[in-house]
Amino acid sequence: MLATKPRIAFYWCSSCGGCDETVVDLAEGLLDVIAAVEIVFWPVALDFKRKDVEAMPDGSITATFLNGAVRTTEQEEMARLLRSKSELLVAFGSCSHLGGIPGLANLFDRESILRTVYLESPSTVNPESVLPVTSHHDDGHTVVLPGFHNTVRTLDQIVDVDYYVPGCPPPPRILRTALQTLLGGDLPAKGTVFAPDCALCDECPRKDTKPETLSIAEFKRTQDLIIDEQTCLLAQGLVCMGPATRSGCEAACIRGNMPCTGCCGPTSRVRDQGAKILSCLASLVESKEDAEIDRVLNTIPDPVGTFYRYGLPGSFLRRKRSNEVQASM
Amino acid sequence: MPETRTPTNGSNAGGARVGVYVCHCGTNIAGTVDVRAVSEYAAELPGVVVSRDYKYMCSDPGQALIQQDVREHSLNRIVVASCSPLLHEPTFRRTIDRAGLNPFLLQMVNIREHVSWVHLDKQAATAKANDLVRAAVRRVSLHKPLQKRRVPINTNVLVVGGGIAGIHAALTLAEAGKRVYLVEREPTIGGHMAMFDKTFPTLDCAACILTPKMTAVGSHPGITLWTYSEVVKVAGYVGNYRVKVKRKPRYIHEDLCLGCQECVTACVYKEGKTPDEFNLGLSKRKPVYLPFPQAVPQKVVIDPETCIEFKSKKCKKTCVEACGDRQAIDFTQKETLEDIEVGTIILATGFKTFDPVRNPYYGYGRYPNVYTSLEVERLINAAGPTAGELVLRDGKRPKAVGIIHCVGSRDANTNRWCSKVCCMYSLKLAHLVKERTGAEVYNFYIDMRTPGKGYEEFYDRLLDEGVHFVRGRVAEVTDWAAHPSEKGRLVIRAEDTLAAFVRRIPVDMVVLSVGMEPQPDAQAVRRMFNISCSSEGWFLERHPKLAPVSTFTEGVFISGACQGPKDIPDTVAQAGAAAAEAMALIDAQFVELEPYTAFISEDACSGCRSCIPLCPYQAISFAEEKKKATINEVLCKGCGTCVAGCPSGSIQQNFFEDEEIFEEIEGVLAYA
Repeated sequence: MLATKPRIAFYWCSSCGGCDETVVDLAEGLLDVIAAVEIVFWPVALDFKRKDVEAMPDGSITATFLNGAVRTTEQEEMARLLRSKSELLVAFGSCSHLGGIPGLANLFDRESILRTVYLESPSTVNPESVLPVTSHHDDGHTVVLPGFHNTVRTLDQIVDVDYYVPGCPPPPRILRTALQTLLGGDLPAKGTVFAPDCALCDECPRKDTKPETLSIAEFKRTQDLIIDEQTCLLAQGLVCMGPATRSGCEAACIRGNMPCTGCCGPTSRVRDQGAKILSCLASLVESKEDAEIDRVLNTIPDPVGTFYRYGLPGSFLRRKRSNEVQASM
Repeated sequence: MPETRTPTNGSNAGGARVGVYVCHCGTNIAGTVDVRAVSEYAAELPGVVVSRDYKYMCSDPGQALIQQDVREHSLNRIVVASCSPLLHEPTFRRTIDRAGLNPFLLQMVNIREHVSWVHLDKQAATAKANDLVRAAVRRVSLHKPLQKRRVPINTNVLVVGGGIAGIHAALTLAEAGKRVYLVEREPTIGGHMAMFDKTFPTLDCAACILTPKMTAVGSHPGITLWTYSEVVKVAGYVGNYRVKVKRKPRYIHEDLCLGCQECVTACVYKEGKTPDEFNLGLSKRKPVYLPFPQAVPQKVVIDPETCIEFKSKKCKKTCVEACGDRQAIDFTQKETLEDIEVGTIILATGFKTFDPVRNPYYGYGRYPNVYTSLEVERLINAAGPTAGELVLRDGKRPKAVGIIHCVGSRDANTNRWCSKVCCMYSLKLAHLVKERTGAEVYNFYIDMRTPGKGYEEFYDRLLDEGVHFVRGRVAEVTDWAAHPSEKGRLVIRAEDTLAAFVRRIPVDMVVLSVGMEPQPDAQAVRRMFNISCSSEGWFLERHPKLAPVSTFTEGVFISGACQGPKDIPDTVAQAGAAAAEAMALIDAQFVELEPYTAFISEDACSGCRSCIPLCPYQAISFAEEKKKATINEVLCKGCGTCVAGCPSGSIQQNFFEDEEIFEEIEGVLAYA
């Protein structure tokens, strides 16, 4: 009986832990999951080690849910290891799906990140200017650290990925659907993203308040106004990523009176979420004069952080060119 | 005989059976691209069944080759690597249509304009041609059969601009039975030509030949003449344009005013106080005025800037009294907007003359007796401010007059182009000045440019009339006298490049032969009518030789000096051509529209409404019951704006589906 239970693994790479929190957020549903499957690896909760995974036969894990972007050599090794041990590999959450918040580090390069973190940040005390090294010998012992890649990558830029669970973190409802689908045995097409393939406006409670002829004279930030709780946020001048973002979260942020920031990524028909919403919003700028258009667009202080907040590594942009990063430092 | 090569890899992606045809275009392509190698390369690409190169693909035997292959090899996709699709896409679409293939299963690769004409290195050019062919083969496999649509053409025509170009085009069309809307910004039609005295080289009176045509426009039942009006919005597409025209208030009921001008006589101003626009400020007019005696329409206009009634509301309104029962004057008149529907549009918006203040060394604006050529046209015009008497500002007749050519033309500091008309009108003015005043006339020219029927002969005539010609660009006009004989006069300093010394010629009057420039609002007009401008700002024709009055927007034509400097004969010829082009469209009764329409995948649409305000044709609406956007295919013109704007990628465009475009991009970027 036990042997026939599907074997499930969870792993985290470059992430905040929020995705693992989603698993816990299944609440009592978690018990059903635990009853239905055998969890063979879950570093955040269970004491299995890498060597335990290495000891498993290839393909012996039914499905691995891997969250986090791939930033270090260790994460890359684990991704490859888990790929070979798993029948199905699921990119779980924005970071492994599209690069996520850690992916914004692609606006910098390894050297400038290490310099900032270990030498220049105001809270750093490092009089000997010690930087991390991948191995250190002391008194006959060797200590190793993973290497730090120059570029943050999505999971499918490292290994073949079967399915995606979007979101930062994924809404428990989406995880539940994904688990049910995978355990149900009737597998969807490879590459499926477990969320409706329609943009968020479709399920937005404020949909009816969006004007038919939206024209934007200025972009506002959430601190610039008292946000009306009923009206479409774009109509209030806020950048809401909803029109360019997959639904499935039941507009959680908007119900909290905050604009969508785009964590569920683009629909299957769009290859670059940031470019698409930019193309849309820029088309809706009221003025047709170059100088005024520039002024309106300049009211967005951080375009990459706004439009590519969760998806820079997975976008066409992928990263800032290294030489430009250095020139601007 | 062309060679046939069959593929060795036998791969056949997605059931596409592609034929690739590489054109030599004589040596146009084959001189720079190894066409044989491109054809051999294409033969190895997945899906390619036949690949050939041929001397002229567009020739009858070239087209027959394709048709034969379609039948013999059951081809279902065709790639032609030749010239620009602008030139021959219709040709090859017809070719495969006749062979039983849907015409849209064709993809053209431009290896002439994009490759052979812009590269020198044969090896690199061939590699680039290979890349482009590979991209086309990958793209064409995804092409879907599409059907063209036919829509009826509205037979009404809009003519914008009431100069000689607009007048001639409007009359030609109206005579052919079309309904014409002629919109002119000024209170009268006539344009620049109405300001001239005589026309070169025949010296016939401009008014004598122009005013009958103006009157004909005013009275033609087929022409709706709206002067003092401007086009403010253009929507729609060839055959079905919707145009909004702003009619400025002239404070006169056009239908009630008889043009008797009793109000002008009765105006509380006994004398005019405002510089008269038509006379370029050389005379004064009253607040109520007729622009010039032969103005069409013969309706006065009230200038609210100078009329006391508008300023103080306390005028005695003697004009209203004089108008009496006719009650044509209405101080409460408001600007109105008229909406019209037309099928075709002719732009004849003309030019402006160069402002010589930009060349300060000629003293225009500083020395009272430096005039522009257009001002002199008014001075020697019998209906002008001096009744045709050529006198200086102090009323004296000039004894010597210098005419400086190429002011604001052929000049790296201002405009590089030749304005084409200045040599001839300068000769005309030289003749008229000499005839009217007997003054010594000096022409300062760089080159004398007189091509045209009877033009060189006119120049010869001037040489015999004792007019002086100095070849040299004038350095300056000054009032600084180097010799007592120059005192109180203007001195023209120029190097006489034929005699090889610097001349100082004292004159009483200097005429600056100013060149032609695009209208200051040409860019705004261009945008409104969705056409292009050359870098200088002239409206751009579709092809300088083969489509000289067409534009890149179907159904919008250009004529006259808005397209570039030209004289009256050329302008009238172009206006006639534009009218004929419009009629060709109208009389075809239908226009065929490309099937490049956008469509929404209903399940995918989130109903965000972003696309709705973007559509220039109002083709998208929001279906309330489904809460999704829908596109009216009849109204969609396939501009692609909504496709780019849809943030969830739920709008696609026929022939430009993302899949097709990405396949092409990936094809061009793939390693060979």
